Amino acid sequence: MTMDLSMLWYLVPSVIMFTAGVFGFITRRNMIAMLISLELILNSADLNFVIFNRFLFPGQMEGMIFTLFAIAIAAAETAVAIAIIINIYRSLGNTDINSAKEMRH
Amino acid sequence: MGITLPILILAIPFTMFLVLGIGGVKMPRKVAGVIGILANASLLAICYTVAFRYFFSGDTQFIVDGVRQQLQVFDVTWLAFTERLVVKIGFLLDPICAMMLIVISTISFMVHLYSWGYMEHEPGFQRYYAFLALFTFSMLGLVVATNIFQMYIFWELVGVSSFLLIGFFYKLPSAVSASKKAFIVTRFADLGMLLGILVLTFYFPTFNFIDITHNTGNVLASTGGATFLGASVLTWALVLIFTGGMGKSAMMPLHIWLPDAMEGPTPVSALIHAATMVVAGVYLVARMFPLYLVEEASMQFITWVGAITAFYAAVVACCQIDIKRILAFSTISQIAFMMVSLGVARPDIHEGLGYMASMFHLFTHAMFKALLFLGAGALIHAVHSNNYTAMGGLRKYMPITHWTFLIGCLAIAGIWPFSGFFSKDEMLSAMFSYSPFWGYWMTMVAGLTAFYMFRMYFLVFWWEENPHYKEHKPHDAPWQMSVPLLILAAVSCVAGFIPFGHFVTWNGEPYDIHINAQVAATSLTVAVIAIAFAGWLYLKKNDKPSLMRQALPALWTAAHRRFYWDEIYLFVTRKIIFGGICKGIAWFDRHVIDATMDAFASMTQFVSVKIKGMQSGSVQTYVVWYFLGALVLAAITWICIL
Amino acid sequence: MDSVANIILYFIVAIAMVTFSVLTVTSRKILRSATYLLFVLLSTAVFYFQLGYQFLGAVQIAVYAGGIMVLFVFSILLTRHPDEKTALLTHHKRMLGITLSVVSLVVLLFALFNMPLLHGASLTEMIKAGNEITMAEIGTALVGTEKFQYLLPFEAVSVLLLACIIGGVVVARKR
Repeated sequence: MTMDLSMLWYLVPSVIMFTAGVFGFITRRNMIAMLISLELILNSADLNFVIFNRFLFPGQMEGMIFTLFAIAIAAAETAVAIAIIINIYRSLGNTDINSAKEMRH
Repeated sequence: MGITLPILILAIPFTMFLVLGIGGVKMPRKVAGVIGILANASLLAICYTVAFRYFFSGDTQFIVDGVRQQLQVFDVTWLAFTERLVVKIGFLLDPICAMMLIVISTISFMVHLYSWGYMEHEPGFQRYYAFLALFTFSMLGLVVATNIFQMYIFWELVGVSSFLLIGFFYKLPSAVSASKKAFIVTRFADLGMLLGILVLTFYFPTFNFIDITHNTGNVLASTGGATFLGASVLTWALVLIFTGGMGKSAMMPLHIWLPDAMEGPTPVSALIHAATMVVAGVYLVARMFPLYLVEEASMQFITWVGAITAFYAAVVACCQIDIKRILAFSTISQIAFMMVSLGVARPDIHEGLGYMASMFHLFTHAMFKALLFLGAGALIHAVHSNNYTAMGGLRKYMPITHWTFLIGCLAIAGIWPFSGFFSKDEMLSAMFSYSPFWGYWMTMVAGLTAFYMFRMYFLVFWWEENPHYKEHKPHDAPWQMSVPLLILAAVSCVAGFIPFGHFVTWNGEPYDIHINAQVAATSLTVAVIAIAFAGWLYLKKNDKPSLMRQALPALWTAAHRRFYWDEIYLFVTRKIIFGGICKGIAWFDRHVIDATMDAFASMTQFVSVKIKGMQSGSVQTYVVWYFLGALVLAAITWICIL
Repeated sequence: MDSVANIILYFIVAIAMVTFSVLTVTSRKILRSATYLLFVLLSTAVFYFQLGYQFLGAVQIAVYAGGIMVLFVFSILLTRHPDEKTALLTHHKRMLGITLSVVSLVVLLFALFNMPLLHGASLTEMIKAGNEITMAEIGTALVGTEKFQYLLPFEAVSVLLLACIIGGVVVARKR
């Protein structure tokens, strides 16, 4: 039996990771848990870039560079998001997304 | 001529307007008044310098072979519509312009000085001086215009300053409505003027006065014989331009604003509504005179309008109670006199005598009418009422005012040797030589003029003393007000001896004035009879006037009510336009246009109320919707690709 | 033809990735969730290594698994008790989430399997087709200004990180 590790093989786990992230983002009520789900989604997107780079344009490295920057930006985004969450926690006493429905000053 | 003085002529009043208008609030009134008067004195000096150099220096740029030249001192491009149609701002120096510089600067200075006394205790004194400066600037810009568009711009500016000054006492409802009336009526007239300018420049694309008046043949040819409603388009253009003049100069039927404009301060009436702005119409026709000559129909139109207005205003003036109204109608009548004189002027009749006479009368009238208005201001200042019923027997109390006023009355009545006699005589002889009918007609108007002026004079200074004088003794005005009266009275005494034909003629060629003995005798006789009649009626208190009034009550009431012109206007605007036409439009606006917009609004509101639940603030719900949308889009894309 | 070792590695990592992804979003203890996420990130890094992007894999481990995870753990510990369980999901909400995820999974997988382009060459061929990416190449690409070089985004990201540091401090500091 010959098995080739084609592009599809790599894309399927990525897609599952993505839908898991979506599920988590929709259903989890804790903001940090939502953020974790978000990381899953982002990670799956990163992975896709790399996969496409490898299988469609093996001579170039744009996908990889893009992922590199995406990781940096993800780090920044996470830091700010966590800062916001901590701030919300301080004023509301919890990190439940349902208690932060109104934009307040 | 260098451009420094001409630029200063426009710059000084405009700077004054800015300085007094912006900084006036912070200034004490004394300072504002002194600044205004000093600036005007320098303006007076500059205007006189320019005018005298123009008339007397004999420089070849001003006069060539005895013919006075039209000189464009400067002419800068301001707006370029097309290559040929360019709006410029410039300074045109020619005889009538130089004369107007003298008139405007003199009267403006007199009025500035006079106002210092007259307006001393009024709130907004600084604002008043700022508006006066704005008016002076606009009027000077109007007379020095090199092209009809510049004239139109300044034409509107004088309208605005007139509006501002009529409504100066903005707390009085009557002043506010009078200013609005003046502005709206003259704006309507100016619409006609604008149309006329557009028609004219459509066929002959230049605004420049010299180009237009020196190429009248080309202008006529450029229209190509086009006609509209039976008249040539050039006639239409000229008549429409003249409509603007009719509005500003208060010719019938657009005269209704001028009597009401007397709600403004009296010095303003003297400056704007007697001496300068209201003669703008005459000036406009004089400026474009060669072109008007080309179209006989337009000259006829001017003559008819002027003649009818002159008679009408004279009759109305006989039956007014308010002395400022009498003077206002007198102004209308005198300006109409000038119009008729222009209308009958032909180069082949005494070398365009009518034109010269009209300008001569413009000059003398400005002086003595300003004098009369300022005198009336002094009277009003003394008795605090505009009506002659509150006056009577004032000659003992106010000698200066009395004598100067008498000089003004004699001048306007046309008694030798006062200035009005000479100019009126020239106008009447021009009319007689054009057509005896107009000659006799206008002689009759001159007689009426003498009558109503002396009616007012006798009622104010003779008749019987008002009993109120015991409580509040009237006295002559302070020196700031008396000095202008004396100066203007002196001018009115001697101005008639100016050899005016040497200075202002229609084509610049000098011309000797000679008194036409027959005409002079006729008009003098008529004037003396009219004065005697007025004296017989009004010298001492008696019941002859009231008997006369009772004999013809309908006529008196009609004349007193100005032959119901205001009522006619009100009927047309209120009943026909507002009540008839506008009602339908208003209905359409309210029930169709507004209703459509309301429907949009209520629909939006309805939908918003329905969907506002989606704006829950719950992030996860948003994500669900977003994700569903993305899925749908993906599905659609997929289907399309397949 | 890929080597058996490669295929076996693939399966191990793919199964770990899928499992831990699902566990991440279903675990009721948030600290565990974070830990499962760490495993997902590490599996991703392994995929990067396998695909031939060693540098990227290293960055993934260092930044994600090292940096971001620490942030998560700190924030969790700051805001909750470690043993605290999240409240049970309402039935309605869970059904909604499951439906949506399953539907999207089906749509995406359907799309993947219908895309002929994706059933192409094997990994080995592709790694051979591309040159090996050296650190020098990556470094030159990051700080060059030519075409396919990224100095500007690089600088932009550095500014972004600075802004992020300041923003994080400002937002989270005590009033």
